[in-house]
Amino acid sequence: MAGKTLYDKLWDDHLVKQRDDGSALIYIDRQLLHEVTSPQAFEGLRLANRKPWRLDANLAVPDHNVPTTDREKGVEGIVDPVSRIQVETLDKNCDEFGILEFKIKDQRQGIVHVIGPEQGATLPGMSIVCGDSHTSTHGAFGCLAHGIGTSEVEHVLATQCLVQQKMKNMLVRVDGELGPGVTGKDVVLAIIGRIGTAGGTGYAIEFGGEAIHGLSMEGRMTICNMSIEAGARVGMVAVDQTTIDYVKDRPFAPTGEMRDKAISYWHTLHSDDDAVFDKVVELDGSAIEPQVSWGTSPEMVSNVGGKIPDPAAEADPIKREGMVRALAYMGLKPNTPISEIQLDRVFIGSCTNSRIEDLREAAKVVKGRKVSASLKQAMVVPGSGLVKVQAEQEGLDRVFLEAGLEWRDPGCSMCLAMNADKLGQGEHCASTSNRNFEGRQGFGGRTHLVSPAMAAAAAIHGHFVDVREMMNGERP
Amino acid sequence: MRALTQHTGIVAPLDRSNVDTDMIIPKQFLKSIKRTGFGPNLFDELRYLDEGQPDQDSSQRPINSDFVLNQDRYKAASILLTRSNFGCGSSREHAPWALEDFGFRVIIAPSFADIFYNNCFKNGLLPVVLDEEIVDQLFSEVENQPGYELAVDLEANTVTTPSGEVFEFDTDDFRRHCLLNGLDDIGVTLEDADAIRAYEESRRKTAPWLFSS
Repeated sequence: MAGKTLYDKLWDDHLVKQRDDGSALIYIDRQLLHEVTSPQAFEGLRLANRKPWRLDANLAVPDHNVPTTDREKGVEGIVDPVSRIQVETLDKNCDEFGILEFKIKDQRQGIVHVIGPEQGATLPGMSIVCGDSHTSTHGAFGCLAHGIGTSEVEHVLATQCLVQQKMKNMLVRVDGELGPGVTGKDVVLAIIGRIGTAGGTGYAIEFGGEAIHGLSMEGRMTICNMSIEAGARVGMVAVDQTTIDYVKDRPFAPTGEMRDKAISYWHTLHSDDDAVFDKVVELDGSAIEPQVSWGTSPEMVSNVGGKIPDPAAEADPIKREGMVRALAYMGLKPNTPISEIQLDRVFIGSCTNSRIEDLREAAKVVKGRKVSASLKQAMVVPGSGLVKVQAEQEGLDRVFLEAGLEWRDPGCSMCLAMNADKLGQGEHCASTSNRNFEGRQGFGGRTHLVSPAMAAAAAIHGHFVDVREMMNGERP
Repeated sequence: MRALTQHTGIVAPLDRSNVDTDMIIPKQFLKSIKRTGFGPNLFDELRYLDEGQPDQDSSQRPINSDFVLNQDRYKAASILLTRSNFGCGSSREHAPWALEDFGFRVIIAPSFADIFYNNCFKNGLLPVVLDEEIVDQLFSEVENQPGYELAVDLEANTVTTPSGEVFEFDTDDFRRHCLLNGLDDIGVTLEDADAIRAYEESRRKTAPWLFSS
């Protein structure tokens, strides 16, 4: 019999019951909750007079609607009354049901996919869900983690389980060493460019190979975060020493004898050598260059040295029409060099790229330089209150402020513009977030997805440049 | 949840692939704490010329008359015909809530994004996967025949055209069973409460750290 993939192992370890109709009950170790996708789930519990199955498996935090300024005012500082009600509703629900919440003024507050790993609430081998598609982030720790809808949030609250169908296994192997200035973000954008936004639909993707295991946990989280942009709900990386070193002393991590027991289990969380994948995709890491998205789908990416493609050269009529529509929305012409795209704003943040390493990479690029006068705004939004504190201890805030970038309080911010941070109509933004969909960062806004180092380089020049030219061969 | 067994209705063609859930219902409407009332803001950025706001009376807004759902012949549509990877992106269940609130019961496409597909079944909305060539054929039939209707039968797993042509589709047994009967799947899962407790008991022994926080 063939060996098991990491996904097979995680599935088997969480299988409560295999039903005759092909569906299965899967146990959920951790549910993360935020204010946008939970209110209707709590209301559903109340209407059906149900109680949460297991309180300690849940952890809540407001992140999507929170302002990134004036945070000492707490909930009162949320100017938009509709946003405020949503955050207050989360507070009320957590208080009523007895669920642990890092409220808006708690230093541990932050983006839900940043705080889970930061607290050790995300541990290797867990099954983790959240009403947010970027829950795939947690797969970087060898977890079975994916986004769910609000009905399923309610289902997990009430039963600690989900009804699932087993997905297929895909291995994306990136071998070779990444060049200087090439980050996890560039790797994942290159993968999405290769397999397309639906390439992973129906699959759980394991990211493997030398280039992936050479990355820090931050880099791995960036890659798993965007597996949903390749269509895969689940993205994973096998556990190695880097994983264990990252989690072992976190506040929610086990201690003493329990820790030793956990670590020996965590070491088993990798695909067996003879495991069989339904699909394997291979990339040469050493050939990946810094990436920039030019269109309205994350698969519409180019090397920074490239040009905007010409739809006329696309054979597939549906794809061609999509490109024409994207270029019209973006206000861009075919064959324009990527480096000639003029920018209005720069956003460094989001659950994809707001961790300490991301901020260090960006700071290294802007240090001693000034933001281009042609920009309306360049902002840095740390992923959590603790990331913010650490960055300030390292002096990164001063580097950003001296260069002319804004230094904000933690939250989802301009990634999806549910708070006050948004693009104006027609504005181009170099953004470290995950989606370049029409209107995502604001009505009529135009998003270009890049790494933190590339966003920082663009902030200095007011247009895209190859960050490697600003680095003298050093790694950012 | 509203059950769905058979449904016959007007078909609206939305001829684009990779329609994401941000497009189905933009972020500003996600601030609601209710499950209902999203219909007027379905496809908001395609449907109207201005930027919509929550709690606004959408009947007073300037509409994009080119958009399919603003055309008289499609205003009463309850079946949406569209292209591949429909519902990609954000997991927001507000997307099926908005489609259902507008009056859609069935969505036909060559493929759907996983999370969206799953969310539909929780809301009395049936996503039907048909081959690309069949979808192409349906697009041209809809275009050429005002008042074009399809008959969808979940009991038989079929879609029937006005000329009597029948196409079969697949749905997995559990989702189909719940949708046919309008079942609350939490209730179904709780019938297995003993199995869940037994799992917890055994997992607590092998991985005790998962139960100590």
